Amino acid sequence: MAYVAIADKGQDLSHPHSFITKYIWSQDHKVIAIQYGLTAIAVGFVALLLSGVMRLQLGFPDTFSFIDPSEYYQAVTMHGMIMVIYLLTALFLGGFGNYLIPLMVGARDMVFPYLNMLSYWVYLLSVIILMGSFFVTGGPTGAGWTLYPPQAILEGTPGADGGIVLMLISLIVFIVAFTMGGLNYVTTVLQARTRGMSLMRMPLSVWGIFTATVLGLLAFPALLVSGIMMILDRLLGTSFFMPAIVSLGEQTSYGGGSPVLFQHLFWFFGHPEVYIVALPAFGIVSDLLSTHARKNIFGYRMMVWAIVAIGGLSFVVWAHHMYVSGMNPYFGFFFATTTLIIAVPTAIKVYNWVLTLWRGNIHFTVPMLFAIGFIFTFTHGGLTGIFLGNVVVDLPLSDTYFVIAHFHMVMGVSPILVVFGALYHWYPKITGRMFNDTLGKIHFWGTFLGTYSIYLPMHYLGFLGVPRRYFAYEGINFIPESAQTLNEAITIAALIVAAFQFLFVFNVIWSLFKGKKAPGNPWNATTLEWQTPQTPPEHGNWGPELPNVYRWAYDYSVPGADKDFIPQNQPPGDNRQPPITTPREQPREVEPA
Amino acid sequence: MFVAIVLVLLVVGSIAFHFISPWWFTPIASNWQTIDDTVNITFWVTGAVFVAVNLFMAYAIIKYRHNPKNNQPAHYEPENSRLEAWLTGITAIGVAALLAPGLYVWGQFVNVPEDATEIEAMGEQWRWSFRLPGKDGILGTTNATLVDINNPFGINPDDSTGLDDILISRNNVHLPIDQPVKFLLRSKDVLHDFAVAEFRVKMDLVPGLVSYLWFTPTRTGTFDILCEELCGVGHFTMRGRVIVDTAEDYQTWLDQQLSFADIQAIGPGDQIAGQALYTVCSSCHGSSGEGNIALNSPKIAGQHSWYLRQQLQNFKQGIRGTHKDDVYGQQMAAMMAVLADNKAVRDVAAYVAALPSTVSDQNLSADLIKDADLEHGKKLYNTCGTCHGANGQGNYALNSPRISGQEAWYMIRQLKNFKDRVRGAHPDDVFGPSMSSMASYLRDEQSIADVAAYVTTLTTDTGQSKESLVQIETDQISLAGGG
Repeated sequence: MAYVAIADKGQDLSHPHSFITKYIWSQDHKVIAIQYGLTAIAVGFVALLLSGVMRLQLGFPDTFSFIDPSEYYQAVTMHGMIMVIYLLTALFLGGFGNYLIPLMVGARDMVFPYLNMLSYWVYLLSVIILMGSFFVTGGPTGAGWTLYPPQAILEGTPGADGGIVLMLISLIVFIVAFTMGGLNYVTTVLQARTRGMSLMRMPLSVWGIFTATVLGLLAFPALLVSGIMMILDRLLGTSFFMPAIVSLGEQTSYGGGSPVLFQHLFWFFGHPEVYIVALPAFGIVSDLLSTHARKNIFGYRMMVWAIVAIGGLSFVVWAHHMYVSGMNPYFGFFFATTTLIIAVPTAIKVYNWVLTLWRGNIHFTVPMLFAIGFIFTFTHGGLTGIFLGNVVVDLPLSDTYFVIAHFHMVMGVSPILVVFGALYHWYPKITGRMFNDTLGKIHFWGTFLGTYSIYLPMHYLGFLGVPRRYFAYEGINFIPESAQTLNEAITIAALIVAAFQFLFVFNVIWSLFKGKKAPGNPWNATTLEWQTPQTPPEHGNWGPELPNVYRWAYDYSVPGADKDFIPQNQPPGDNRQPPITTPREQPREVEPA
Repeated sequence: MFVAIVLVLLVVGSIAFHFISPWWFTPIASNWQTIDDTVNITFWVTGAVFVAVNLFMAYAIIKYRHNPKNNQPAHYEPENSRLEAWLTGITAIGVAALLAPGLYVWGQFVNVPEDATEIEAMGEQWRWSFRLPGKDGILGTTNATLVDINNPFGINPDDSTGLDDILISRNNVHLPIDQPVKFLLRSKDVLHDFAVAEFRVKMDLVPGLVSYLWFTPTRTGTFDILCEELCGVGHFTMRGRVIVDTAEDYQTWLDQQLSFADIQAIGPGDQIAGQALYTVCSSCHGSSGEGNIALNSPKIAGQHSWYLRQQLQNFKQGIRGTHKDDVYGQQMAAMMAVLADNKAVRDVAAYVAALPSTVSDQNLSADLIKDADLEHGKKLYNTCGTCHGANGQGNYALNSPRISGQEAWYMIRQLKNFKDRVRGAHPDDVFGPSMSSMASYLRDEQSIADVAAYVTTLTTDTGQSKESLVQIETDQISLAGGG
């Protein structure tokens, strides 16, 4: 067993006494999780606002005097970068990872609590640096979230003075923060699980977050070095990514570097990054489905191996972002093949989610609605990925709105639906209050239907060939007037979706004060976080004794049991339940050491 | 229950949207029907999976929804290896079925036919130019470090194969129908992307290397070239056109183009000859080119000669000054008979460019900009300055004229003309559309006045504008007769 004694030293935890050590400089993983979560969501609202700027320009060109081309490109860039890195990565790993890992594996805290605290504050620093770039001369970078050189560091791109430098520094600081957090999550999962919590008994949420963290630890260094190299190119005149260039009519002193090298480094990080966001979502949604359908997740082992396989394969598909980058086109054969192979474990996950619903006992709670919404949008986004992954199909669609629609469905809408589902799901545990159910349902329908009406039609602009990252479209002969009408409709849908998000904020705040008091396990869930002695769990999580784990995380509706769930820490025999005779793969009872 | 109905409706709605949608691939104009076929196969296979998965899910949701009355418990079945193996197998086969045709067609794309003619497309912020091998059929070697105002392509002058290369320093290029063509793609500065929706294929231009794509145009017509790789603030204005001609029309066009050697042979304009010609011009533009608001004649002294030549040619060829709402432009166009040939245009441009640009008399425009907000103008000018220069000095590489010292009344009128597409909308206007697109962000008259007022505060100490030895822009336009 991976049980390690350090996890049980409850009495050694230094319990904070003052408000500041308890809530500000806190070393409690739950407080850090909330700090991460609130910061990420706050910065996410900035990104939401920026997408509003973009959509206003696209829907109603020639209308708003506060949007000029530079600002448009800056909004595009900052929206993308914030959403991918500072919201999704930080929220899934720093937020959910921090909250769930120790509670779900039965630990008192992360293995390195001080480092964990530092991770948050360094993350906050990276956010402050990033936000600072809005206030420097020339504004934030407008190079697109991919920050491709040479353009990112040359005049002619907004923010080439200070904006790009601050962006790169912020990313580097973020990676430092992530590494501190990430090593913690990995170590905690591997070393601090409680008695009986074998790896194959862990909830899929932990598997998803764990695997994503490993991916992050391996992928972020590629971004780190490319960021440092680009800063050197920009500030010291090195030429890592810079060939001989005539910039705006003037010869530059650059020479000999390769812009394509940056793209390889960027996407060697960037593609795993997709899964850094997706895998935690995969894991969490599995637990939401299982809990609210009162049924074990279908094909648990297959789900675990699919997560691991996707994680591994995600390192050999990166150049599918570069089919038309000018790299040797023969690479296309290899990367199209690996990319389509990754569709297989991904499809298995979708099947297993749907098969979890099959013959379930489905409760239409708010988290369940979000989970169902996720399956729908993820299926859609996953299938359009097959277009873009199949190299020759990518040719006409690359750099068009099809790409925008695809990745927003697959790594924007889908993970965000899981984020909301998860927040509603764990809100009672985090706050000790129930959220308002009706508001939650309204929020779901507005978000789910709204986002689909944004992105489904957008694919068709891509089929038509409408290029992405255009400030204005007049004068292009093949784009009919009707495309503008469609853009208008999309903008209106986007504004409505944005408005619905304030409903969520209201619900979170209102329920904090006015919500019904939550019982410890309102969903009748099996996993350990619902079995804590207090709700919300206190520092140290478990009181005097760590829980012992006797079974996997999915004993829902076990035939013969008197309730439709058996908590992981419930010893065999103290409830009427059958001996473990279920299929061979049902984890056996393991006596705690 | 409700959610299941919505899922079904969404599936049905998505299918309906597909059939109702007027937005779909443009009619193809190249040999890449195979790409469309692969897209279609992918579309129908993935579409079927989408429908099947979601309808199955909707069915499961309806059938197995929680019912408080009988509270039927969920079925307990952790795994079903047989089912999982089947699903994995079928998915793998489906994926392979999509991949195989994809890789086959990609094989066609990476292998260029032997008989394809080569043509170079060069991108730079934010325009296109093209180079064709001359009679020797070989493109001369190039080097970015050789690029300057007289050698915009960076052609190696020591390489004799480059001398006969045909240079097209315009956004428009012609191609013969039914002849496979391999585009060699090259960038001077940042990443760009050569994309023509109707041809289906696209590829990035990368500074420091040469990438390629190939296709065979299969119908005549004019097709937009779009840059589809973000290349800076002017990205969306980086447009070009491919004109697919019949073989005869193509030959006619080709015969009018100049080679590198031809262009090098053209000397600079003769200022003395230009001075004589300028006598007529001076009656409106003033003896020192200072302009005259009463006659609607802009200040022209000190403008770059390449820009003057280009605009004079535009007037001469009916590209500018023919729009019905451009009354003053029409007056100018009517005067063009004075300049009989290309040499006359060159000479007078050289003379005007050499006239000292005095500080403009702002009293003329004072009324127009008395309410202007200079701070706002400065903010707006940020984007303008990328091309026109921080001090409004202009930039040959971006084809942007000098605007410092220009009168506000003239700038306001031209900005409105660009914005309203009174100027820059002629199909043969090569660089005007970029300015039209850009002017679209000046949303109202106040913004236009603000930015014009700000420009009047700029001073450029150039004395005399840089005279370019090479008349690539104008002479080619004149010979090609536009298009």
